[in-house]
Amino acid sequence: MSVDIDARDVWKSYQLENGASLSVLDGFTLTVAQHEFVALVGPSGCGKSTLLDLLAGFQRPDRGTITVAGQPVGRPSPKGILITQKGSVFPWITAWRNLTFVLDGLPEEERASRARHYIELVGLQDFASAFPYQLSGGMLQRLELARALVVKPEVLYMDEPFGSLDALTRLRMRQELLRIRREEPQTTVLVTHDVDEAIALADRVFVLSERPMRITRIVEILIDHPRSMADPRAVALKDSILHDLGAITE
Amino acid sequence: MRSRTFRIAPYLVVAILIAAWWAAIRLSGTRIFPGPWDVVLGVISLAKEGVLVHHIAASLMRVAIGFLGAVALAIPLGVAMGWYPATYRALNPVIQMLRPISPIAWIPLAILWFGVGNTSPIFLILLSSFFPMVVGTIAGVHSVERQYIRAAENFGITGMKLLRQVIVPAAMAQIVTGMRIGLGVAWLVVVAAEMVAIDSGLGYLIIDSRNAGNRYDLVVAAMVIIGVIGFFLDVLMRRMDRVDAVKWRYVR
Repeated sequence: MSVDIDARDVWKSYQLENGASLSVLDGFTLTVAQHEFVALVGPSGCGKSTLLDLLAGFQRPDRGTITVAGQPVGRPSPKGILITQKGSVFPWITAWRNLTFVLDGLPEEERASRARHYIELVGLQDFASAFPYQLSGGMLQRLELARALVVKPEVLYMDEPFGSLDALTRLRMRQELLRIRREEPQTTVLVTHDVDEAIALADRVFVLSERPMRITRIVEILIDHPRSMADPRAVALKDSILHDLGAITE
Repeated sequence: MRSRTFRIAPYLVVAILIAAWWAAIRLSGTRIFPGPWDVVLGVISLAKEGVLVHHIAASLMRVAIGFLGAVALAIPLGVAMGWYPATYRALNPVIQMLRPISPIAWIPLAILWFGVGNTSPIFLILLSSFFPMVVGTIAGVHSVERQYIRAAENFGITGMKLLRQVIVPAAMAQIVTGMRIGLGVAWLVVVAAEMVAIDSGLGYLIIDSRNAGNRYDLVVAAMVIIGVIGFFLDVLMRRMDRVDAVKWRYVR
């Protein structure tokens, strides 16, 4: 498999108001293969969101190189779409318009056929003319996903995408995400606090340390889909990851 | 039951005020100040002569031109100032200094520059409704949620498309609030502007009724009409909250 995301020796620090500098990344390295699903779990405030910002081009590293599909990342672009729990579907236009709006420069028929494909992929075809405020939380995240996929990005970055959803909807969204991946595999980097979510979805789970952030362990999840969290292998993996994170002792 | 009481309440308040007015006229035995009924007769006589419609139309026309002119200037400027920090830093001090000057203070200059025609009151209306709309638009752009700006950036939406199709709709609720205040001020100012150097409009009707024989019944009649029209202008502006571009802010 070819390498899709290649972050090498990335440094990032912030100047604090009292003049001190806060080092978030010092020499962080990460590679993700094409169509791979990687989950990052780590203590809150360890720099996971900063890393996604750097990968997606919203921030620049102080040092080091980040390439996606062989191209250096300079600024945000449709090549790497970032989804967060806040939700950024435009609330002043309909679900359908949200999809066609981001497809600038394409012929009208191409826009319509792509929008139709992705609205169907996430199962929102009956809500094409609905405004976002008329949709439920889960539907909104599905629309968010459809809007990200409609531009055919190289990579999908997800920062706690289901963080604001209720427990049941979260579980459903996992299944949705897996189903969509089966139809259209997509290089994905997921940041989550939820170890279950990481194990259920990812090919590899990266366990991260406190600031400055380092990868303490890479866990390969070799369980076939559909994965049950009651599977003894899943339970054992979850225990060992939580142990690494200091969430359980012994 | 409660809701019915609330529905009658505003009418009741008006009725009590009119009764108090009537009682005050009776008790004081004034000969100059008109009672409610005199005012009603005043309105009817004005309406019969056809002058009422003429004056209302004149005032509304001036407000429409001045207000729409202000919208056309204030919203683009407010978006530019809200979005580009350099523009904000350069222009904001001037705006904040001009803003507290009452439009009434501009009357002498307006007459000097534009003479005694329609242009002077239109200029004053434009000036007075311009500032609340600029300030509202700037505040609206400043409060656009960061996630929408980031999403637009992510999808490569830039330039005029970003401003017109992301920033403006995201700020629309506050822009409309600014327009509502602007229209209210415009309606205040048209009356003052028409009291000098012009011979039509509701402001002129007030000053002319007083000068031509102390017709205080017509003065109060004009005041009541100004109030009623102002009320309906505000109702009209509030309807804009139901437009899709604004509605999303107020649901959920």
